[in-house]
Amino acid sequence: MSTNIRFKNRFIKPEDSEDRQYVGFATLPNQVHRKSVKKGFDFTLMVAGESGLGKSTLVNSLFLTDLYKDRKLLNAEERISQTVEITKHTVDIEEKGVKLKLTIVDTPGFGDAVNNNECWKPITDYIDQQFEQYFRDESGLNRKNILDNRVHCCLYFIPPFGHGLRPIDVEFMKALHEKVNIIPLIAKADCLTPNEIKKLKDRVRDEIEKFGIKVYQFPECDSDEDEEFKQLDKELKECTPLAVIGSNTVVEARGQRVRGRVYPWGIVEVENQSHCDFVKLRSMLIRSHMHDLKDVTCDVHYENYRAQCIQDMTSKLTQDNRVDSPLPILPLPTPDAETERLIKMKDEELKRMQEMLEKMQQQIHEKEQ
Amino acid sequence: MAATDVDIFSNEEKRNLSLGGHVGFDSLPDQLVSKSVTQGFCFNILCVGETGIGKSTLMNTLFNTMFENEEASHYQNSVYLRPRTYDLQESNVHLKLTIVDTVGFGDQINKEDSYKPIVDYIDTQFENYLQEELKIKRSLFNYHDTRIHICLYFIAPTGHSLKSLDLVTMKKLDSKVNIIPIIAKADTISKSELHKFKIKIMSELVSNGVQIYQFPTDDEAVTEINSSMNAHLPFAVVGSVEEVKVGNKTVRARQYPWGVVQVENESHCDFVKLREMLIRVNMEDLREQTHARHYELYRRCKLEEMGFKDTDPDSQPFSLQETYEAKRKEFLGDLQRKEEEMRQMFVSKVKETEAELKEKEKELHDKFEQLKRMHQEEKRKVEEKRRDIEEEMNAFNRRKVAAETLSLSQPLKKDKDKKN
Repeated sequence: MSTNIRFKNRFIKPEDSEDRQYVGFATLPNQVHRKSVKKGFDFTLMVAGESGLGKSTLVNSLFLTDLYKDRKLLNAEERISQTVEITKHTVDIEEKGVKLKLTIVDTPGFGDAVNNNECWKPITDYIDQQFEQYFRDESGLNRKNILDNRVHCCLYFIPPFGHGLRPIDVEFMKALHEKVNIIPLIAKADCLTPNEIKKLKDRVRDEIEKFGIKVYQFPECDSDEDEEFKQLDKELKECTPLAVIGSNTVVEARGQRVRGRVYPWGIVEVENQSHCDFVKLRSMLIRSHMHDLKDVTCDVHYENYRAQCIQDMTSKLTQDNRVDSPLPILPLPTPDAETERLIKMKDEELKRMQEMLEKMQQQIHEKEQ
Repeated sequence: MAATDVDIFSNEEKRNLSLGGHVGFDSLPDQLVSKSVTQGFCFNILCVGETGIGKSTLMNTLFNTMFENEEASHYQNSVYLRPRTYDLQESNVHLKLTIVDTVGFGDQINKEDSYKPIVDYIDTQFENYLQEELKIKRSLFNYHDTRIHICLYFIAPTGHSLKSLDLVTMKKLDSKVNIIPIIAKADTISKSELHKFKIKIMSELVSNGVQIYQFPTDDEAVTEINSSMNAHLPFAVVGSVEEVKVGNKTVRARQYPWGVVQVENESHCDFVKLREMLIRVNMEDLREQTHARHYELYRRCKLEEMGFKDTDPDSQPFSLQETYEAKRKEFLGDLQRKEEEMRQMFVSKVKETEAELKEKEKELHDKFEQLKRMHQEEKRKVEEKRRDIEEEMNAFNRRKVAAETLSLSQPLKKDKDKKN
């Protein structure tokens, strides 16, 4: 399986270099490739959903490692008033010379307590924190070694036991859809027959549209991509949300050793396309769209955050001239002299009225006494 | 004829006698049975579980029929209970089955009050029965008993442990109703995970003191099967009303791309065990437990609240009647006293307000008087001024007239002078 479907290696033929019309910048992709391999990649993935939906198993299956050794699960009693924590696991993995620093951000405790009001707040705070830190680093003087901890993608696990999205799912996705790329998944899909899966997917897609949740959209293919890629892309778009099953145990099925789950009535193969969408998820998340997820995070979510942040800061500054900006910002265009004058007038009027009010209050107070 | 054994005990103790021949009262159970068959049976099931977990499907599968059911939505603001009554018949036995569904359970973001509607419903059914029992003219034999005989608690198959909501709800319900926990949608858990899951659930229930229904092991006919079933709790069930052809039989099953889960196959799930236990073996015991244990507990608490006791300070058994009368008198006395108090309060308040109003009236009156006086003063002044002005006017007029006549007479005089 090629590691990079889109990039085709151009082998420079010796005749070309003698051709006067050949300049040579067609080698740019090669150069980019080399540099990026040298630099290495990083990716931050967040998994969110109630406990018991198979998040850890899926992450282990996706990256074929065991990230969750020695994990302690809480009892039901301890979870009654549990708060959401944020835990990070970072691993360095390498494949064919390409290094990837993978960070998995886990959210244990989400949706587990009896009262889950605003339980997504720690998560949104965490994402904002990462943005803020990057913002500061980016505006600092020494920008050589910025650490990018921003969350590039959030896999949200929807339980398959219900009839669609539940209120907590809707609230969570609405709180996060403008901060991070959300990819909704139907977890533990081995409890649904193919008909039920289709019904549930249609239901969830309709509800996502109805509530105006902006999940991650796959970019349109360029028209010069090959057919195979276009076909994959089309299938992917029709399949959302993906119904996944995870497993890291190897079993024997149909004479082969595959990863799957053994039941008395059959064996579910994780990598069998007719059993679940795990393969699609893996190819989408890792093999084709990983970089696009990073780009959308940088270009859309982070820029939105930055613009909002700067607007808040400058509006605060014009009110209070004593505070120095911690970051170098361009001065906003000053409002008209006319409006400024009006504003000043109104301010003075307000002040006068306030004084009058105070005097009257004092008078009343004295009269009472 | 055999000699009868005569025990030399006091008259109050019963004596065991042996019979000389066949009397025939061994047909008593049969008489009882035929009577209850003609009366018909009634059974009430409460299904508690999240929306979409498979409660309706399991009921359809258990009773092998299609009860009408619309899918519930996830967006209810609060939990409410939906009871439905059906009349079923098998051979010549009539069953009045009531299935109560919890709609909206587990969907809200804040689930702290989710258990309340359920507890309230159960209490209401007990209350209704209690009221009927306490009536003067009562008809318990054809009273439609709506008390919940069994609560099936559906646990989501997470594979880890109970959810916090499950624990809280079961603790509130275990003293009011027989609970049987079941693991729903069990076709998503593999055998080894299931074993661990069941052990974890039972240990959590035990460590938190939740009392679930134990199948009775005191009746020799069923003790063996019941005790083995007790070890299989909670039952892992799969429900289905669709039929799939397996081999040369058509069975109820779920068809997956990787296999077929047969509902009635004991190695696939515990559905058959649940059906055995719930319907075929222990239904009557469940009804008895509800009446003898849970209902009696409710009744005792309720009556104690009202102030009844079984024995008074002299440890003479109270008759309910007397206590009732005494209570009633007390209550009426209280009522009267309260009425008096309220009347007094009302009267005093009225007096106060009257006094206030009178004062205000007086004040107003005074003011009025004052104003009147002022007004009169002003009037007087104005009158004076008017008179002054009039006088002036008169004076002025007189002077004017005088001046005129003078001027008139002056030319006359002049004329006169001239004439003269």
